[in-house]
Amino acid sequence: MTDILNAIVALSNFVLVPGAAYGAQLALGALGVTLIYGILRFSNFAHGDTMAFGTMATILVTWGLQSIGISFGFLPTALIALPIGIAITGLLLLGTDRAIYRFYRKQKAAPVVLVIVSIGVMFVMNGLVRFIIGVGDVNFADGARFVINAREFKEMTGLDEGLAIRTTTLITLVTAAIAVALLFWFLNKTRTGKSMRAFSDNEDLALLSGINPERVVAVTWLIVAALATTAGVLYGLDKSFKAFTYFQLLLPIFAAAIVGGLGNPLGAIAGGFVIAFSEVLITYAWKKVLVYAMPESLEPSGLVQLLSTDYKFAVSFAILIIVLLFKPTGLFKGQSV
Amino acid sequence: MKKLLLASAATALVASTAMAESHSDPVKIGIILGFTGPLESITPDMAGGAELAINEVNETGAFMGGTEIEAVRADSTCIDSAAATAAAERLVTNDGVAGIMGADCSGVTGAILQNVARANGVVMISPSATSPALSEAEDDGMFFRTAPSDARQGEIMSQVIMDRGIEEVALTYTNNDYGKGLADSFQKAFEADGGSVTISAAHEDGKADYSAEVASLASAGGEVLVVAGYTDQGGKGIIQASLDSGAFDTFVLPDGMIGQQIVDDLGDGLTGSFGQLPGSDSEGASMFQEMATEAGINPTGIYTGESYDAAALMILAMAKAGSTSATEYAGEIMDIANAPGEQILPGELGRALELIEAGEEIDYVGATAVELIEPGESAGSFREIEIKDGAIETVGYR
Repeated sequence: MTDILNAIVALSNFVLVPGAAYGAQLALGALGVTLIYGILRFSNFAHGDTMAFGTMATILVTWGLQSIGISFGFLPTALIALPIGIAITGLLLLGTDRAIYRFYRKQKAAPVVLVIVSIGVMFVMNGLVRFIIGVGDVNFADGARFVINAREFKEMTGLDEGLAIRTTTLITLVTAAIAVALLFWFLNKTRTGKSMRAFSDNEDLALLSGINPERVVAVTWLIVAALATTAGVLYGLDKSFKAFTYFQLLLPIFAAAIVGGLGNPLGAIAGGFVIAFSEVLITYAWKKVLVYAMPESLEPSGLVQLLSTDYKFAVSFAILIIVLLFKPTGLFKGQSV
Repeated sequence: MKKLLLASAATALVASTAMAESHSDPVKIGIILGFTGPLESITPDMAGGAELAINEVNETGAFMGGTEIEAVRADSTCIDSAAATAAAERLVTNDGVAGIMGADCSGVTGAILQNVARANGVVMISPSATSPALSEAEDDGMFFRTAPSDARQGEIMSQVIMDRGIEEVALTYTNNDYGKGLADSFQKAFEADGGSVTISAAHEDGKADYSAEVASLASAGGEVLVVAGYTDQGGKGIIQASLDSGAFDTFVLPDGMIGQQIVDDLGDGLTGSFGQLPGSDSEGASMFQEMATEAGINPTGIYTGESYDAAALMILAMAKAGSTSATEYAGEIMDIANAPGEQILPGELGRALELIEAGEEIDYVGATAVELIEPGESAGSFREIEIKDGAIETVGYR
């Protein structure tokens, strides 16, 4: 019996908990991508760097708060700074839209043109972030590090395996849940949300019924700013902030959005978790869990690892290709790419 | 076409007179290190070490009839071979350096050696490139290093671990020449000594999330985790993730992982971890420490002494050959570094130059007790360290 418990704890510690946190971060990122795709009708490559910018803004505000002595008890100060970070990112995105995207929208440019434009925006934002905060690691998590750490857990339960739950992991899950609930409430219950969905479903019909397109676009950018900044800050709190890693997040985020079905918010969330768990599960060495769970005669001697962790990023690619081949609209019905 | 030919001939003429002029100017030595990139926290001290030797010689005024030596810094980036090659090319063609002190990381060092140093016939002395592959690289006798090959470090690390009664380790390495070379040589040595490596897994630098890597390492198990990585990069991420998940609590740290920054960043988590880095307890080491501290350089910084020695060797070899041409002084480097002759410690470069002037043999000992073996690399003595109460403490020398 203890063996089974040990197996479960080991699996939770190394797969379930980190996977859930990573999945929540990807889901928030994918929601932003999917919203832009649904309403503005292009794949926004600048999304990773929008996350980086939002995180940077939040970090700067966090430092400001810390320097005047404000902290948030055992929670990270960055959570207080988050709304201000979102506001700054919102202004940046509205400015970008005014200066760049609106021109192409007026011209009714093809989506592929907008994609290329967004790549340009990506490089500029990337440079901006590096220029302001630098290229190095920035660790801005403060407050309590663990809700429960491995050693305490072992002493408490008497098991051989420890389970560590970090404060940031818990915050990630809670914040992500709140953000998603707010988004769905907004999209389904409010007038603006409904007009956004109408605009997404059928642009011409929406325009005919008197929906102001510029307003819908502006609100979309603001929501995207909120989602991207929240996702970025959570990822940065959980790991650490480095401009470059946010750029690399683009692939798993797009994979998540496409796997779930582009344009479908529910799909983005599911996609985030699918991608996160497949990355962790496929590269996990099952030896430890199996040694606990199997009778002694069946214990594996090898690592029981499907793929070496080097191929972690290949997993998102592979899933992406499989989904595009067999179900181009994604797991939940989205628009085909 | 005629005009083009004329123009290029004219340019060539101008260029060659410029080259000729540069010889009567100060002798330039290029210092190419990764001032940006994974080693950016230790390279300023390394460059400082090399410049310390150059300044020392300039103060004596005894180098080749009072010729000044000038250091020119360039950025190797540590990881981007194309950028490093371009920077080295600029040093050679634009600045007209007589020799290159560098590079730091093994991958870019190999690239510069093959693309720039051999192509232009320039001597390179690296203070810190330790990949075993560089021992076998074609170098036309132009490449030396004051750091030992990792094949040697692998053996030492195996002994350090064995002596602590640990026989089962998990191993992770940064996925490049340095990491792979060290990991392979360590695994070979450790298994020959009777230990077992449960898993040898690569990690990529520059990621934020290492939980999948640590999950695999933890599953394979082992008493300690050997991390052949970099302090500023994935190595730190792996240790952080291991500590967070309780996967490992003791780590074995080779040279690339040892630095005060990581100890400060990770705090208590590293207490009890141990490792080794090139270093010696020779008289020279303590003399160098004093000199460096005086010059405002962190003397315990890794490879600072090796950098001083690399620059000093290059200068002394030039003095002995009486020439700054690589083909003439490259052959003198091994002679200068090894016995027989008068022993030269740090701070005695002036005396060394006088002895050379007088036609006597010298044996350069320097800050790190340099002893060069074929094909032009340090035989290597190592300092074993352990981390206690947030400080790196020396346990002994091997």
